[in-house]
Order: sequence, then structure tokens, then C-alpha cells
Amino acid sequence: MSTNPGPNPPDAVDRFAAAQGQERREAVRLGSKAGHEKRTEILFRDYADPDGLRRLAGAIKQHALDHLDVYLPRAEAQLRAHGAQVHFAADAAEARDQVLAILRARGALSVVKAKSMVTEEIELGPFLAHHQIESIETDLGEFIVQIDDDHPSHIVKPIIHKNRREIANSLERHGLGPYDDTPEVITRRARAFLRNKYLGADAGITGANFVSAESGRLVLVTNEGNSRFCLAATGCHIALCGIEKIVPRDRDLGVLLNMLARSATGQQLSVYTEFLRGPRAPQQADGPEEMHVIFLDNGRTRVLGSEYREILRCIRCGACLNVCPVYRQASGHAYRGVYSGPVGAVLSPLLAGSEFATLSDLPKASSLCGACNEVCPVDIPIPDLLLRLRDRAQRTQQESDGAGGGDRTGGTTVPPGSMTAFAEVATRPWAWKGALATGGLVNHLPQSLRPKALRVWGQNHVQAPWRGGVFRKWLAQRRRS
Amino acid sequence: MSARGAVTKSAPRRRVSLMATCLADAFFDDVAQATVEILEHLGCEVSFPEDQTCCAQPAFNAGEWDSARRVARHTLGVFRGDDAVVVPSGSCARMVDHGALLLFENEPDQPAVEALAHRTWELCDFIVRGLGVTSWPGRVKARVAFHRSCHSRGTRYTESALTLLRSIDGVEVVPFGEGEQCCGFGGTFSVGFPHISRAMGSLKIDHVLAAKPDLLVSADASCLMHIGGLADLLARNPQRVPNLPRGAPAGDPPPPDAIQLPLARKHIAVVLRDALKSSGAIA
Repeated sequence: MSTNPGPNPPDAVDRFAAAQGQERREAVRLGSKAGHEKRTEILFRDYADPDGLRRLAGAIKQHALDHLDVYLPRAEAQLRAHGAQVHFAADAAEARDQVLAILRARGALSVVKAKSMVTEEIELGPFLAHHQIESIETDLGEFIVQIDDDHPSHIVKPIIHKNRREIANSLERHGLGPYDDTPEVITRRARAFLRNKYLGADAGITGANFVSAESGRLVLVTNEGNSRFCLAATGCHIALCGIEKIVPRDRDLGVLLNMLARSATGQQLSVYTEFLRGPRAPQQADGPEEMHVIFLDNGRTRVLGSEYREILRCIRCGACLNVCPVYRQASGHAYRGVYSGPVGAVLSPLLAGSEFATLSDLPKASSLCGACNEVCPVDIPIPDLLLRLRDRAQRTQQESDGAGGGDRTGGTTVPPGSMTAFAEVATRPWAWKGALATGGLVNHLPQSLRPKALRVWGQNHVQAPWRGGVFRKWLAQRRRS
Repeated sequence: MSARGAVTKSAPRRRVSLMATCLADAFFDDVAQATVEILEHLGCEVSFPEDQTCCAQPAFNAGEWDSARRVARHTLGVFRGDDAVVVPSGSCARMVDHGALLLFENEPDQPAVEALAHRTWELCDFIVRGLGVTSWPGRVKARVAFHRSCHSRGTRYTESALTLLRSIDGVEVVPFGEGEQCCGFGGTFSVGFPHISRAMGSLKIDHVLAAKPDLLVSADASCLMHIGGLADLLARNPQRVPNLPRGAPAGDPPPPDAIQLPLARKHIAVVLRDALKSSGAIA
């Protein structure tokens, strides 16, 4: 996205974390910790075998992905049969143009938007503003992000990085009343402001949490009811939907909705769950007379055909962010994209396509602790994907170096290629034994003369004394006696 | 000569190859030594293939898979045969039985990798689920905080380790906050992302110390090297101002001044060996 500064130091996430203020870090850490704890409590309270359900949900999504050639046309046919217009967009630009064309055809000047990661991904808001179409975010968190000209830092809780004082300040700056950080006052003011926007808007834009191929039903979940307000008073509904949102059957939603709400917000079900498959029926009093569904590819087909395809199972619950110790310290903005945390570290570089190298540091910003996989409601093997991407980043780097792409590894603690030397030693027993015997020199080297990795280690640790080869000597002696 | 009277049956003999780990080879000889003593006490015939080096995880995690495959192939050759391979580290065990499968999924020698995966055991898991030993002799009087290392996720390593620990007379395993969180080591992560790594480690230390244990125990020397090395550094610096402020709001970890450093820690192999010594089972 536009905030991406281009080529980046390999430790960009660490630098971002180190530069963050205490207040912000604590807001993110405690907010995500609380989210994780709620999730775990409700899943294990309600279900005998949450892990079994995670695997089932993962299998359902993987099946849909593996047979997208069957299910996507089926969903399309069902949607059309119920009066919706279906569009396919190959990339972000095409999706934006389709939205603009639909709005222009209706002479629309203002839209209200429900929360949608895909609209963030294609940067729809700035695009519409550029074309003099007012677009208002109606999810409270996204609304605050919008008036602050900020970026979401969490998939589910976009302003997890802000405390209520900051939010109260934002509302005051935006002319929504004098400073008051009472949560009820904040929500009431936003509600009053947004109600008028709903009534005056020409179109409503939403995402989609799921689309059932069986019935064409598009499923939207919110806790604020804002998506249905977006649709109640406007004549036109545009839903933007990644092609990976398809599920085979309506009944699959039984598993997925239950897993989504519990994983995302620790609820049994989100407060509002809407099933939509077409514009207003003649017997309905309100609702849009036009419904458009734009299925977005934007790199997804490429991912689907790759060894990273499992990432497309993601249902955007944010559980992997909440549990991730790196996310908790670094915050979502450290990931420089729409998708943050472990899923972002996989998805963002993949969706970046030819710009892969600009985000290829993200997969390394992980201790590979595996907590993300443990909580993932669709059982995505995120650590394995991070590892594969590290391999790919390494190969990409070698190619670009080989092609004279320059070296941006200077000063790195663990520069690419350092493992070649390691492998030289670790594949030659005599060299290994020699290193064990001589490594003790490190015990006597002053900090300043140690290799960079050891220096950095020494800044955070009292170095354990080198005792290379001591065990082997002990064992040899034991075997002799 | 014929045997007289009832024959005392020896414990089942099992041929075991010890994978000592590179960290034990270089820093923590006591862990490897304790592992040998434990396994021999259990009646295992322990061999130590001299040519062993490393499981290849550093290169694998660094994304340098060509180098990682070279090292993994070396390890594959060193541990050929059909001995059980026992390693006193969940991390290295998972490299052999999970990481290597990923590393070799498109390689011709993948079946050999898979075969090694099937006979490689984490130490506690081998004792409890491999040998069926679920109680441990001896006495160790200690409140023990057990750090569940991340490589035990999806395995029964932690269950096995706790089974053994809890069975030792005098051991009280005490829980601590956010026990499922990573300590922040992560191999090269700890030097590649030093601020985050340190913040994670500091948080772990706060939680562990809040439980007021006598001893921090883990089945991974790598986690202990990180947690312990950081704790020692913090102990030297009474102000304890880490690069990343940790923050300790009410109800969370206690404020730093409530915390007692340094932090005593032991690898579980050493705890088990010490228990055996206390019982007189070994010298």
C-alpha cells in the first residue's frame, strides 16, 4: 500500500517496535492479550474439542479453495439468479474502476462503507475521494481511523493502538463536540454523526465474510449493525469480496460463523449476521434496488497456485495477531500494510507480487513460536509458510544480487549467506571439532571485537561461557573407565 | 555357569543414539552429560556418533535452505541405522521430525528424512511415551516454574516433562502468567530483532519471578540460554531499564522492585539426573 516505504532494512519491524511509545505499546499488548484470553475461554467453554473444529473449518475452506473453479461459478450463477450483478476484478485498479463506474452510472456522490479489509487492500477510500465521491467509514474504529487519517493496526480492532483519550481528542478535532472520553459519549456522538450520513448516502459499500456457492448468500457480520444501516437507506449495494471467501454450502457457515465470532471477539456469534443474495425483493419495504458483487483476485489466483495456498483459508479473525508476541510488541503498523501480524507477514509479501522484495523482511519478524497456528480457526500452518517465504526471500535476494540488484544487507546482524560458512563447518566433523576447541577464544574477546551477532547478543545477555568439546572429553573418559 | 536363584531382569535394553545438540556441544555440556547418565540408568545402550554437528535449524530458520539441506544431509548420514535417536531439546527434535520434512519435500532423499523423523525422540517424550517410565525416583525440594518451549506445541513433550517433574518427591510445579507465550529466543531472531526479543524475554522473566519459584526448568537449553542470559544482565543492572519498557500495569506482572534476580534455572535433564543422584540410583 502507499505507506510502504519501498526497500527496507531487514530489521524494520524491530526498529519500529523500538521507536514506539510506551503508551501505544501497552495499548496494543494488553488489548491483544485480552482478545486472546476471551477467545480461548469461550472456545474451550463451549466445545469439547476446539482443535477438531479448527481442523474441520480449515478442511472446509481448503476444499473450497481446491475446487474454486467449481464453486466460484456456482456462487456467481446463484447471485445472478437472485438479481445481483456480478463482476470480476483482476487487480486493485480494475476493482476501483468498477466501483467508480457503478457509482457514476447512478450519479452517486456519497457512499457509506462498512468495514472491509478488501476495500483497504485496494485503497478504495482515497480513490473515491480523488474522484470527489465522499465515502464515510461507518464502523466506529474505521471511522476514527478515517478522521485521523490513520491506518488500521488490527484486522478486527482497527484502533487497538489508541486509548480513549486519543479517540476523544480525535472527535473533538473533527468537530464532534468538546473533549469527553466517556465511552458512551464517544459512541453516541459518532452514532449521531453517522446516522445522518446513512440517510444521505447514495450507495453502501461492504465487504463479505463468506459467500455460499450453494445459495449465493453473501454473509456479513458486524457488531454495530452498521452494514445493514449502509444498505437500508441507500439504493445501491456494492460488495467487494476476495475470491477466497467462497464456501461450498450454507451449512458450512454453521462451523465457520461459530469459529469466526469466537476467534475474533470471543463472542458466540457476532451481534449482526446478514445473509444477502440480491437486491430488494418487491415485497420488501427498504433496501437497495441494485446489488453488485465484485469478486477480487488481486494476486489470489497466483497464491492459490503456489506452495503458500493455505493462507487463503484466512477468515480475517485476528486471533493470530492477538496471540502473537511480536505483534504485541510491534503493533500492526510495523507490518506496513493492510494485513498485519502473522497473517500479514505471509499475505502482504505474497499479494505484493512483483514488489515482493519490499515486504520480504516480514516473514523473518517472527520467533516461529507457532502460537498463530495453534489459535488459527482454519488451522493455517503459518510458521511453515513463514519459513517457505524466508527461503523464497533468500532466493529472490540472490537473484537480484546476481542481476546487479545491489546489496542492501550491509550492517545486518545475520546477513544473507552467513549460513554458507556455518554449513561448511557443520558438514565437516574435523572442522566442527576444531571450532569447538577454538570457539573458546570468544570468552576472551572484548565486546568490540566480536562478530556483530555476538555483540548484539551481548547487549541483551550475559554470555554463557564457551565450553566447546567438554562433553565429548567427559564421554570419552567415561567410555574408557 | 548357570544362574542361581531368581534372575533379576535388567531394564529393557534399547539402543539409543544421542543427538547432543550443538548448544550442548558448545555451551551446556552438563545437559548432554546428564542425558547420557539418565538414559544409561534406564538401561539404554547409548552411542554418541562422533561426527554429529547440528540439526540444521539455524540455516533452515534463516531461510538458507540450500545450506540447511547440506547440514541436514550430514546429520542424516551420521544417524543412519535404526537406533532410536534421542535429543535433549524439543527444538532440535522438531527440526528433525517436522522442519526437515518441509525442507526435503521436493528432494529425492525425502524418504530417508522421514525415516529419521520416525525414530527421533525428544528426551522426556522418549522416557515417558517411548520407555513407559512415568515416575522418577529421588528427591528435589524445589518450587519449579516449567517453561513450555514453543517447539512443544502440537506435541506431548510438555505433558511428558511435567509427568516426570511432578513425580519427583519434593517438586512443586508452580504455574505462571502467559505460560503459552514465547520467551523471545527464536534462534537468529534474538539477534535480528533484539528489541522485540528482549521485550519478550523480560516479560517472561517478570511472569516467572512473580510465581516465586526456586528454579526455572525447561526441556530446551536454547530458551534457558536466552531467559537466563537476559535475567543475569538485568540482575547486574538494578534499574533494569530495558530497551523496550515492559510496563507493568496493575494485575499484570509485578513491578521490577518486587522481583528477585538472579534467576536459577536448569535443563530438565539435569534435574532428572540430580534426582537420581539424590536417590543413590547413580553416583
